[in-house]
Amino acid sequence: MAQTLYEKIWSAHVVRENEGDTAIIYVDRHLVHEVTSPQAFEGLRLNKRTVRCPSKTFATMDHNVSTRTKDISMAEAASRVQMETLAWNCREFRITLYDISSQDQGIVHVIGPEMGITQPGMVIVCGDSHTSTHGAFGALAFGIGTSEVEHVLATQTLQQNKAKTMQININGKLGDGATAKDIILYIIGKIGTAGATGYVVEYTGSTIRNLSMEARMTICNMSIEAGARAGMIAPDETTFAYLKGRDHAPKGAQWEQAVAYWKTLPSDAGARFDKVLTLKAEDIKPQVTWGTSPGQVVSIDDCVPDPENFRDPVERTAARNALKYMDLQQGTRMTDIAIDKVFIGSCTNGRIEDLRLAAEIARGKRVKNGILAIVVPGSGRVRRQAEREGLDKIFTDAGFEWRYAGCSMCLGMNDDRLSKGERCASSSNRNFEGRQGPGGRTHLMSPQMAALAALHGKIMDIRKFPAKK
Amino acid sequence: MEPFKTHKGIAAPLDRVNVDTDAIIPKQFLRKIERTGFGKHLFHEWRFLDYEGTKENPDFVLNRPEYRKATILLTRDNFGCGSSREHAPWALYDYGFRVIVAPSFADIFYNNCTKNGILLIPLKGSEIDELFQQAIQQPMGLMSADLEKQTLTGSNGKVYRFKINAFAKTCLLKGLDQIGWTLQFENKIKAFEDKAMAARPWLNTP
Repeated sequence: MAQTLYEKIWSAHVVRENEGDTAIIYVDRHLVHEVTSPQAFEGLRLNKRTVRCPSKTFATMDHNVSTRTKDISMAEAASRVQMETLAWNCREFRITLYDISSQDQGIVHVIGPEMGITQPGMVIVCGDSHTSTHGAFGALAFGIGTSEVEHVLATQTLQQNKAKTMQININGKLGDGATAKDIILYIIGKIGTAGATGYVVEYTGSTIRNLSMEARMTICNMSIEAGARAGMIAPDETTFAYLKGRDHAPKGAQWEQAVAYWKTLPSDAGARFDKVLTLKAEDIKPQVTWGTSPGQVVSIDDCVPDPENFRDPVERTAARNALKYMDLQQGTRMTDIAIDKVFIGSCTNGRIEDLRLAAEIARGKRVKNGILAIVVPGSGRVRRQAEREGLDKIFTDAGFEWRYAGCSMCLGMNDDRLSKGERCASSSNRNFEGRQGPGGRTHLMSPQMAALAALHGKIMDIRKFPAKK
Repeated sequence: MEPFKTHKGIAAPLDRVNVDTDAIIPKQFLRKIERTGFGKHLFHEWRFLDYEGTKENPDFVLNRPEYRKATILLTRDNFGCGSSREHAPWALYDYGFRVIVAPSFADIFYNNCTKNGILLIPLKGSEIDELFQQAIQQPMGLMSADLEKQTLTGSNGKVYRFKINAFAKTCLLKGLDQIGWTLQFENKIKAFEDKAMAARPWLNTP
């Protein structure tokens, strides 16, 4: 029977499947960070259990590292305790750790792919909802809670119910100025933040096939913002070319064997999805959020919507609450909204390609007076690559701050955050109330639109300011 | 985990959609390395007027005298969306909530609650509307959940049936150690590893 990518990976990982019980599936790679793991390791100790497969487990520090210094002693006390606890746990259980002093430290969803830990056909989990990122390689990857982290550490498996499948098919050429970020924001705007709850989404179509791995990761990353269990893209030559030669990628004869297997993974012709959505790429304009949920999004040439125009009373109330929190008036043009801070980075848009596109906008320009704009590379490797290409110089010459790798102002667990009432143009993934700092207001957009906002001190339409070639 | 069989309590109506885990427990409280003590920070930005959490917001539903002892939370679509942080169910449980009723829940949050003795009850939007009416009109009225029977009884006596996955139900009823449950199939895990190693050897040489 014709199978989807998800069904193929699922059936290759079933350890036990019995009527009436939840299935047990095998986990190929488990990524760990400092915030959601301490209680899991403590649970192992209390129950006299150990880590079943330390060699399939990789850890890094990302959520609350400082981006101003690599000195752990400079971190706030509670953050330092969490990082030291992770180091101690990794030593005790013999887990590879890319700690703050490592050249390869970075956001867990940036370093997994760039080190070749992430591969097609794998089941990959991490105690972080943006684990969906790794689905860009044709892996089944999803976020789990701390109890599940403990379960995976102890058993290298997870209890899972099979998800429904959704295909989102996008064909054609994107509208001017639109990027992968705009594709996923557009999708979330269309189907809503719970539109894919209970589903694993596979993105297909010519638009997706023509995207780089970095762009595919941006799309899969924000699948969780549509409620999806996971997002996936079938592996192809782009995937193989990206992986070849990376640290943990298969080598020699095993590489050939792996590629042959990976080529069997794409969904079969005629495979049935539980739900299918077809979009035209040309309809997708640059997107920007106006509210406090990623689904509250419009095209850059639109205005802040009028809550009274929402037919569903619950949505109407949500829109009213959002406008109050965001201090916005209905009917205001998105391009008339002034901002205070700019954040370029995160597991969504902190990769080299994102920094290149943002740097093209910043080249030879100046950040507007009074605006704080920070560029936070997703990993140590991204930072070094950018420096080799001179991107750091372009940013600092333009008045952007050039930082060390970490999650940073995406969630403001370190000292990079918004103050009450501040408004941010952000390349991150969540515009929830208080997400970037208590009382802070977030507008999500692509990294190049965030860079452009920094230069003008307000949200701008990228199509009117194309980068110099 | 404490077994969950039945629960009776006051229901607080939190009339918002898409309540995310950042709102349930903001990031500044995630730096602990224990599972306990998160309840005092639950809904911090809505419950308190100041960052330090010393001034209560009198308008927030949980601060109103009639809902102070609520142990059942009524809310709207997509509750628990966003971050996978299990600190969210830890905070809800520590505060005293045992049952959450909404039209839908986010996926990871649902799994996390099932592992922490919190019963999530999905009901139709129209049924939720009725329960909101009851909680607002008779704020001190008690609602009760019976997991074995899969029913929620409103404060006016009306009974609502809900669905739950059979395995999640067993785990909650027995307060099951889920890692222990999986480890009884250790031989199957080992057999899987041997088979996978032969078929996809590159997976074992990271």
